Amino acid sequence: MKVLRNWIDKIKPNFEKGGKFEKLHSTFDAFETFLFVPNTVTRNGSHIRDAVDLKRVMAVVVLALLPALLFGMYNTGLQHFRAVGMPDASFWTCFGFGFWKVLPIIIVSYVVGLGIEFISAQIRHHEVNEGFLVSGMLIPLVMPVDVPLWMVALGTAFAVIIGKEVFGGTGMNVFNPALMARAFIFFAYTPYMSGDKVWTAGLLQGQGVDGYSGATPLTDAAGAVLNGASEITWTHPGPLNWFLGTIPGSIGETSTVAILIGAVILLWTGVASWRIMLSVFAGGYLMGLLFNLIGLNAYMNIPAYYHLIIGGFAFGAVFMATDPVTGAQTNTGKFIYGFLIGAMAVLIRVVNPGYPEGMMLSILLMNAVAPLIDYYVVQANIRRRNKRLSAAK
Amino acid sequence: MSEVKEKEPLFSAKNLKLLTNPFSQENPIAVQILGICSALAVTAKLKPAFVMALSVMVVTGFSSMIISLIRKGIPSRIRIIVQLVVVAALVILVDQILKAYVYDVSKQLSVFVGLIITNCIIMGRIEAFALGNKPWPSFLDGIGNGIGYGIVLIILGFFRELLGAGTLWGYRIIPESWYVANGGFYENNALMLLPPMALIGVGLIIWVHRSFNKNLIEKK
Repeated sequence: MKVLRNWIDKIKPNFEKGGKFEKLHSTFDAFETFLFVPNTVTRNGSHIRDAVDLKRVMAVVVLALLPALLFGMYNTGLQHFRAVGMPDASFWTCFGFGFWKVLPIIIVSYVVGLGIEFISAQIRHHEVNEGFLVSGMLIPLVMPVDVPLWMVALGTAFAVIIGKEVFGGTGMNVFNPALMARAFIFFAYTPYMSGDKVWTAGLLQGQGVDGYSGATPLTDAAGAVLNGASEITWTHPGPLNWFLGTIPGSIGETSTVAILIGAVILLWTGVASWRIMLSVFAGGYLMGLLFNLIGLNAYMNIPAYYHLIIGGFAFGAVFMATDPVTGAQTNTGKFIYGFLIGAMAVLIRVVNPGYPEGMMLSILLMNAVAPLIDYYVVQANIRRRNKRLSAAK
Repeated sequence: MSEVKEKEPLFSAKNLKLLTNPFSQENPIAVQILGICSALAVTAKLKPAFVMALSVMVVTGFSSMIISLIRKGIPSRIRIIVQLVVVAALVILVDQILKAYVYDVSKQLSVFVGLIITNCIIMGRIEAFALGNKPWPSFLDGIGNGIGYGIVLIILGFFRELLGAGTLWGYRIIPESWYVANGGFYENNALMLLPPMALIGVGLIIWVHRSFNKNLIEKK
């Protein structure tokens, strides 16, 4: 560590104003603050400066994503070997297979995203925005494992440029960048983001044994609605499997257990808002109950808690909805924002079988509405206090 | 105007400026942000975009000229309704001609030809220019704005059809053998064919346009 510090201090003058690599200052700064706590000292006034800067907050989120990522790797292998008729493959065989499948997606997402971030930081003479450290990890986790890598690259580039940089970079974006990337691929290359083949590695290439189907619970349910079936036939049955996550699905979203471990880390460190998380689950559950009362088709009749453990609901609730930049900022606003995300996600799933994954669309929609919610919460507060003022007079 | 002045040549520098200014500096879509709705609706393919651009150009040009001819006889209280009558008559003419000669394109454009009547560019030019200027400059101004609108439409149509369907003007540009279905690596970007991407496309055009014309960038 000492050696590294000394070396950085030695080369630092080159990147300061007037040094020979002056133009690369933001790149250098990014690496320096990534490795060491910045020694910026406040010189005027009394400010409290915490050692926890944006990079460390992001690091906590990446840490919280690890359980979902590791399980996703294992599950990728598990689903693949089940599909090709070797259900007895050992844990490490599964994990190794999944590791080599998932790693390229992570690399592509980081290289493309950080590349654009570095270039735009250099052009605008900004610090490099560290927001992408999390987005770069979220993007692979919401992709189906068999998505072609060039689509990941294109989706990432779209999300970073159109979703983030044009609004002014990290902290200014209206929409969650990871969901932008997913939405881009979903609408642009729909066959690679829906159906029952893409979620299991190898099925698109026709490696599956006869009669094997990689349908996710969401595909099953949407299919039942489209066919007007009175019962949903689950290809991979059982609430327990859905909860543990040994089912096909996007890489990181299948296991509710792994996501909950991440949620505990986020809540314990205070990085994510418990208000949003809680109200998303509450919104989804209540909407599920409401549909039970209506009960027009098989999808409406499934137990309400099913909605919380199938598809990307839990993943979205824990990692996407709680994004502090795109979510609501006021405490009351957070409850409203979260509740509507949950309710809307279930609504889209059940009512529109064309978009089985309602969570993505509902979060993006509520991202757009979040500032409006905040506005009305603040206005209501002003009105209430005005009333109190005029009553006191 | 009592003073006798020399007859101005048809394409004097001033008149030429009326024609060419809306191409870039006062582009109706990229600078004035008018006529966005039809720009999103008809640009999924290059051919309808081109026909639409041509129709709008004809209507803006002639409606401006006709209104300018009768501008002194229009009571200002009912001028909007008079303008609408003129524009509607021209739009019906264009619509009938399209139906007669390019029926397939006319079907693709469907209601959007009729909706040229409500295109903000036309009313905007009549109100802002034709009501106070002579017929010939008004005609040039209308044609210029029609072309400025058409340029953006054609750029949008070009990229949307090329990336969304792999064709241009209906002819295949990206070879069939590139597609995944035929053992290749390429897929069409279906998002390009959806209106939201056209809106993002307009945004990108504005971005590029302003980075070349720094004087158009709004002051902070």
